[in-house]
Amino acid sequence: MRHPLLEVRSLTTHFFTEDGIVRAVEDVSFEIYPGEILCLVGESGCGKSVTGLSILKLIPIPPGQIVRGEILFNGRDLLKLSEKEMEGVRGNEISMIFQEPMTSLNPVFTIGDQIMEAIQLHQKLNKRDARKKAIEMLDRVKIPSPEKRIDSYPHQLSGGMRQRAMIAMALSCQPKLLIADEPTTALDVTIQAEVLRLLREIQREMEMSVMLITHDLGVVSEVGDRVAVMYAGRIVEYGPIEDIFHEMRHPYTRGLLESIPQLEVKKTRLNAIPGQVPNPLNLPEGCKFHPRCPLRIEDCRREEPPLFEVKEGHYSRCLRWKECR
Amino acid sequence: MARFLFRRLLQLLFTLIGISILSWIIITQAPGSPIALTMDPKVSPKIIEQMEKNYDLDKPIYQQYFLWLKKLFTGKLYSFKDGRPVLEKIAERIWNTLLLNLVATLIIFSLAIPLGVFSARRPYSFLDNLGTFGAYLGLSIPGFWLAYLVILATVKLFGYPVLGLRSFVIEGLSTPEIVLDRIWHLLLPASIMAIHGIAGLSRYTRSSMLEVVRQDYIRTAKSKGLSEEVVYYKHALRNALLPIITLFGFLIPGLIGGSIIMESVFAWPGIGRLAYQAVLARDYPVVMTILTISAVLTLIGNFIADLLYGVADPRIRYQ
Repeated sequence: MRHPLLEVRSLTTHFFTEDGIVRAVEDVSFEIYPGEILCLVGESGCGKSVTGLSILKLIPIPPGQIVRGEILFNGRDLLKLSEKEMEGVRGNEISMIFQEPMTSLNPVFTIGDQIMEAIQLHQKLNKRDARKKAIEMLDRVKIPSPEKRIDSYPHQLSGGMRQRAMIAMALSCQPKLLIADEPTTALDVTIQAEVLRLLREIQREMEMSVMLITHDLGVVSEVGDRVAVMYAGRIVEYGPIEDIFHEMRHPYTRGLLESIPQLEVKKTRLNAIPGQVPNPLNLPEGCKFHPRCPLRIEDCRREEPPLFEVKEGHYSRCLRWKECR
Repeated sequence: MARFLFRRLLQLLFTLIGISILSWIIITQAPGSPIALTMDPKVSPKIIEQMEKNYDLDKPIYQQYFLWLKKLFTGKLYSFKDGRPVLEKIAERIWNTLLLNLVATLIIFSLAIPLGVFSARRPYSFLDNLGTFGAYLGLSIPGFWLAYLVILATVKLFGYPVLGLRSFVIEGLSTPEIVLDRIWHLLLPASIMAIHGIAGLSRYTRSSMLEVVRQDYIRTAKSKGLSEEVVYYKHALRNALLPIITLFGFLIPGLIGGSIIMESVFAWPGIGRLAYQAVLARDYPVVMTILTISAVLTLIGNFIADLLYGVADPRIRYQ
């Protein structure tokens, strides 16, 4: 029996704003095994980014707060660590890359400076060795002439190059887990594919686990091992990628898959899920998806369904999962 | 880069000429005349005529401007008031002003920036709110009023003189005591001059920091495991200080231009007080020369600020 690298248990993160409590993440549990890619999928505002930031305790406090839960990393609860201990985890054992490579790098420092910073901090290398290591990392993410590029400022690089530099920075200390928050969303489609391939390649080489946050099911199908689908701060379906794509057991997942445009089928209109994402300040009672659900029954309104195990390792938060396929 | 420098310097020269012409018109067309102010009504018209001739006041205004310019560059410009060379009058006071303003500026920058960063780290906390209150107080209290209060208080409480460069009676004092006396006379006006600056600059730093810490690259810096100190003082402050470079443009003329009000209140023999007295006496050569020096320094300050932007922000390139 494999032991998970990361175990998130009942994670609940709220934001206490002037307008009320935003329940961004509610009772979310999942695990990531060594060497696998877990995809966290959902629409904007479903809580997937907050989940990622919560793991590294990077949500702004206040207004945010991790209300309860456990985040076990190699058996150690990150939520119980002090800020100082967390600094030793961030960028060292768990790294993160972000959506906007344009704004995620500091404009006044060279990319070399920014990569070397993490290396010097966690690996205690001197400046010369850190620089050598940084050039090595840039080479590894396939940036051409890395010994020159290391002295470039972020604005001198293209979007794809910047994201590669971000990846080099995040991976410079050989983390065991990489949290990638929409790493390809801001890139051109061709560059997206290159960056994804690179991530997959490095992930295999380094035997690293990846938590990939995305709204793009195309990306999920390309690199994912297992998928967690989130809706309104909850996981609604969770399982291996083949099950989710071919035997989905939640109407929201089905809606998402049906709204992918298909080239082969000529259609006049794109399928869409009716209605809108609920206001996080004012979530519906019962199942959070019921107002938009084609399968809803009276019971859905009353009580929030638990996660049903539909088969081993595949879960669905739907009362009528048997009828949904 | 060389082309940029050349073009910029040429621009500055034309701006300077424009400024001097405008100031000349405003100063000479202001009501009152240098002669009417100094003369007794009983003096014969002949002497007045003679004086007007000596001061070039009988010539048309544009000729007066060029004569002033010529005299300035040949060093033959004399004060209307006491007939001494203008440059000499300015030179003997410039160090006093420079010293006072340099100390005030050092106080401002060394206190305001750490204060601003401190407030930005815990916005809307009790200490931050206290800082906001203090800043409003500092900005709204008139400097001269506070200066008078402080002078009154120190003289009454300690019975120690505060006006001028130093105490009048220094005989019998040892060298360290004389040095302390000078420092005391310098620190008091400099601190009061700095209050305004500290209040303004610390707020400026705070809002600039609050803007920067919301940026994505700050989150990236934290995600690398950097401590809060490194994130704030390295990654955030460097970006937050970029807009503050503009202040350098105003700093340099301020160093020499002096503060008319504070120098008057503290009887500090500096450029500010000289300018004030010259304006009252309609001493055109002195007023115009001081104005020109201030204009030159303002332009140089702006020029240096332009260059500093390029050093501090790699995204800026000159062409």
